[in-house]
Amino acid sequence: MKHFEITSAPLCVDDVVARLVHPSVGGVTAFVGVVRGETGGRETRYLVYEAYPEMAEEQLREIGGEIRGRWPTIREVAIVHRIGRLEIGETIVVIAVSSPHRQETFEATHYAIDRLKEIVPIWKKEVWADGEAWKSEQTKASGGAEGQG
Amino acid sequence: MEEKIKVKVKFFAAPREALGSDEMELELPAGSTVDDLINTLQERYPVLEAYTRFLSVAVNRAYVGMRTELHDEDEIACLPPVGGG
Repeated sequence: MKHFEITSAPLCVDDVVARLVHPSVGGVTAFVGVVRGETGGRETRYLVYEAYPEMAEEQLREIGGEIRGRWPTIREVAIVHRIGRLEIGETIVVIAVSSPHRQETFEATHYAIDRLKEIVPIWKKEVWADGEAWKSEQTKASGGAEGQG
Repeated sequence: MEEKIKVKVKFFAAPREALGSDEMELELPAGSTVDDLINTLQERYPVLEAYTRFLSVAVNRAYVGMRTELHDEDEIACLPPVGGG
């Protein structure tokens, strides 16, 4: 099973967590990003995610490497991100981090989602009832302020 | 005759839609840098001007600086500000 994957297929959290199960593992922390129905008071109809898949998978693997460098007790990392059209409530990304003990898995998971938003070539388009826009264009227009999503 | 290199250029998200194309092959003078490529693209496709100053560039799937020299058969990606998750 791939630990770092860009896919257009629906995501299953259990499936990603199962990729990390091993007798030495005592805990897995998972972050699950889902499509929210509104942003800044504006109702979202659906989202479209696009990626540069070959590079994105390499960057996800890079994040896994950074995590092991920072938290040597982390045993494994899996990050799976979906692309294509996603409806409200559907799973966008699953990040799972395993370790013999739970403590560092929380910090490492937080680190992983922050880094994913910084370095992985994935883009989000928001589609509303009355228009659409790529997140990168909205961020630019608002002077580079960090968006939520 | 001036020596040329041939590169593949990939586009994503807003600039891809503005351009109406996700990939093209381009001939450049040997010794061209990423900066030269971006300038060439802007001249040929003025619609890209709104995006170029926000682009990051990857060559063969690794982020590079604007002064990086390009080589024959490189795969160059023009990456608008990313934002997955």
